[in-house]
Amino acid sequence: MEYFLELFLGGLTRGSIYALIALGYTMVYGIIELINFAHGEIYMIGAFTALIVSGVLTLLGWNALAIIVIASIVAVIYSAAYGYTIEKIAYKPLRNAPRLSALISAIGMSLFLQNYVLLAQTSDFLPFPELIPEFGFLEPYSNFIRSSELVIFAVTAAVMLGLTFLIKFTRIGKAMRATAQDKMMASLVGIDVNRVISVTFIVGSATAAIGGVLIASHIGQLNYYIGFIAGIKAFVAAVLGGIGSIPGAVLGSLVLGWTESFFTGYVSSDYEDVFAFLFLVLILIFRPAGILGRSETEKV
Amino acid sequence: MFSIEEVKKSFLVSIWFMFLTFPIMVIRVNTIYKIVEWRWERMFYIGIGTFVISFIWRYLMRRKEMGVKKKEVGEDALPLAQRLLQNRRVSYPAIALVAVLALIYPFVFSLYQANIMITALIYVVIALGLNIVVGLAGLLDLGYVAFYAVGAYAYALLNYHFGLSFWVVLPIGAAIGALFGIILGFPVLRLRGDYLAIVTLGFGEIIRLILENWNEFSFGPSGIANIPRPSFFGIDLSLAETTRFVYFIMIGLTIFTIFVVNRLENSRIGRAWIALREDEVACQAMGIDKTKTKLTAFALGATWAGMGGVVFAAQTTFINPASFTIWESVIILCCVVLGGMGSIIGVILGALVIKLLPEYLREFSQYRMLLFGAILVIMMVFRPGGIITSVRRTYQFKGKSNRHA
Amino acid sequence: MPDFGKQILAVNGLSMVFGGLRALDRIDLDVRQGEVVALIGPNGAGKTTFFNCITGLYAPTEGDMLISPPRKDKNIRLNGLKPNLVTEQGLARTFQNIRLFQNMTVLENVMIGRHCRMSAGIAGAIFRNRATRHEEQQVVEESYVILQKIGLAQYVNDFAKNLPYGAQRRLEIARAMATDPFILLLDEPAAGMNTRETEELDDLIEKIREMEGISILLIEHDMKLVMSISDRIFVVDYGKKIAEGTPEEIKSDPAVIKAYLGEESDA
Repeated sequence: MEYFLELFLGGLTRGSIYALIALGYTMVYGIIELINFAHGEIYMIGAFTALIVSGVLTLLGWNALAIIVIASIVAVIYSAAYGYTIEKIAYKPLRNAPRLSALISAIGMSLFLQNYVLLAQTSDFLPFPELIPEFGFLEPYSNFIRSSELVIFAVTAAVMLGLTFLIKFTRIGKAMRATAQDKMMASLVGIDVNRVISVTFIVGSATAAIGGVLIASHIGQLNYYIGFIAGIKAFVAAVLGGIGSIPGAVLGSLVLGWTESFFTGYVSSDYEDVFAFLFLVLILIFRPAGILGRSETEKV
Repeated sequence: MFSIEEVKKSFLVSIWFMFLTFPIMVIRVNTIYKIVEWRWERMFYIGIGTFVISFIWRYLMRRKEMGVKKKEVGEDALPLAQRLLQNRRVSYPAIALVAVLALIYPFVFSLYQANIMITALIYVVIALGLNIVVGLAGLLDLGYVAFYAVGAYAYALLNYHFGLSFWVVLPIGAAIGALFGIILGFPVLRLRGDYLAIVTLGFGEIIRLILENWNEFSFGPSGIANIPRPSFFGIDLSLAETTRFVYFIMIGLTIFTIFVVNRLENSRIGRAWIALREDEVACQAMGIDKTKTKLTAFALGATWAGMGGVVFAAQTTFINPASFTIWESVIILCCVVLGGMGSIIGVILGALVIKLLPEYLREFSQYRMLLFGAILVIMMVFRPGGIITSVRRTYQFKGKSNRHA
Repeated sequence: MPDFGKQILAVNGLSMVFGGLRALDRIDLDVRQGEVVALIGPNGAGKTTFFNCITGLYAPTEGDMLISPPRKDKNIRLNGLKPNLVTEQGLARTFQNIRLFQNMTVLENVMIGRHCRMSAGIAGAIFRNRATRHEEQQVVEESYVILQKIGLAQYVNDFAKNLPYGAQRRLEIARAMATDPFILLLDEPAAGMNTRETEELDDLIEKIREMEGISILLIEHDMKLVMSISDRIFVVDYGKKIAEGTPEEIKSDPAVIKAYLGEESDA
């Protein structure tokens, strides 16, 4: 039972991280129907930025709390800036091109950013400082849950609620929903579609950066390649939940996190990634609309 | 072009990129020795670089927009290089020259050069195979390298267990490639473009991960060594002779590939692939069996990867799963995209450029992948048709002047 | 009313439900050999959905669709047939929003229509044996003849995307003709055409019926065209058939006037 609980919480942590990345995927896909391959890289850049900032501040002798806050804020700002810029360079000029072109451009962007970080920094795994302090009140339960895990759950929940609020109740959220439905119509009723898309990339990238900081701090190391696998898995989660749906992304992420955790815990850890890919293939083939998604009939 | 307005724009762009790249380009924290490296000079390079690039970018953007307008008027002129290629007086001597060069190449240049050329030719063959799937049929396959792996492992394992020779396995490799193309093609038949891409990516990774983890079958990450080179009627050849021999095998295989792919492109099946790429619904409504067409594209594309894999294993005599990552698929895709999706000459040029340039620009080879990424983006944004746009066959009719309605 | 041959298309009680919406509600429709039948109704009445059901793009919720090709002596049920098999049986269609193969030449577009009447396989393509060469040559010539008939011969080697709008609409018809149909389904062939082009289209449809013996079922909003070429008209509104009859009967049908023509005459 204890083992089960451990796997359960481990899966919940994994799932929460996937969720933070999957939210960005799902938002972007919902609006421009593009699998933003570079999204995983944004997450990686967020983590790297946090690593660099916290490294500098640690050497300057700042206190831990200030470091966490500043490193996270800088990471979020930078990821958002990268997301915004990527959209302007690689996707905006292809708005009216075949979808294949935008997808290839996204893959190119992903490859470019990975190697950019590889060349500018290093290919080695870097140790990431443990930014989140151990909470005293959790000590009796330390076998099951670390404080970083608790922070991850809390932040994921907060981000999901925040995004839901943003999309449901704010002006820009309404504009996003309209743009997702019909870009042409939205622009005809006076919505600045380019701005909506930019905002979507900024919000999605910022969310990914939060995920980047949390996971790097939880696992304790990172390199230039962490974005790719995490990105693919988050995409699996987004599709599983029903791409385009915010609660779907979270649900899908949790389901994927748990299945992975239990599979590696009870069956085998050798084939962990095979399992994730197999899961992806099976969902896309048998239920491409996902758990919460609606199936669409193509208009002829 | 160099108005104050433009300079201001470029200036702002360069400021933005200096800000954007600041933490990652400039700062490096060494957590072990507790030192921070500040590399300010890089910020300066970024500033200058992006200032210049932003001019070029906007210039190309304007040209592209003008190109779109030109097309609307109907002036769809072919570029000079292409018109030259279509002119027989130019193209025949060109072909003869290429043929002579290809023949003397391994005797004039070193063994090392010949090996590089073999690798490049393998890429020409598999890129032409991927061109069937992506360029003609419009199915973005990101797991294509799996078929390459299947071919390579087919030779290595069949030789290891049963002692089968290169010449026996070459057609088997092609057949296994085609079989895998169909097996992996079946489940993805119903999927739309972008989901197809991600599922094929998944398949590619699954095959690589299986090769990595299933030690009893594939010898795991350490791979298989001492794979024999192709034999020449049982005669023992020196290393140099074998390399030349493999080189000529690849020349032969390349010619064979070009011949077959060219015929396929202008056939009933080839037209069906292109129609599928252009409009799936209309294609079905015109009586084309979507399932069959997609499966033949997957199978005939994978065939070349299977054969290329066999030659690859025979050339390097050592294979392991690390040669078959998703990024290898992306590089092959890059060959197709750079050269021109759907154009045979374009894809050949693309593969040669992508494989040969990094070899000869050794100083830049660490920037190889960075460059490939940039190429994919830039080509898609400015020249989605590639260096050489595909040309469709034209027909002449006697009664053509007779323009009755 | 002229005497037409046997019934070649019979649709009985066709319904199509999307989620909660009944896009088609028990529609009956038939076409006899040599007839030009029009399907009219306001936008969103379900006309294109009807076409999509017959041609196998949608699977209808209920109802039967039968054809009896004039050259064969049996009935074939269309339900459950894939779109390409429907076309192979001799039903060809055009699309309301032009769906040509943009980056193929005009001739190739027509040759694609011939695809299902050809037999060359992979081996034929690679070895280009005599049968294949002969077949290719024949298809090229036949396609050119079709282009001449439709009046597109001067564009033969142009890319479809570079054709003027009216020519693109006609190329859709040429491509459908190449599949060798006995019934042609035209989805708003005159949409976006000017008066002169519409008149030419009127002649073209007449010619296809007379010369080729192909029956025609068309969806059209241009009432002048519909009234002049149709032998019979079916009117649908909100997925239901509200009237059928000759142009004269339809013109004076109160239900039609109320639902549809009423708006037209006000305008």
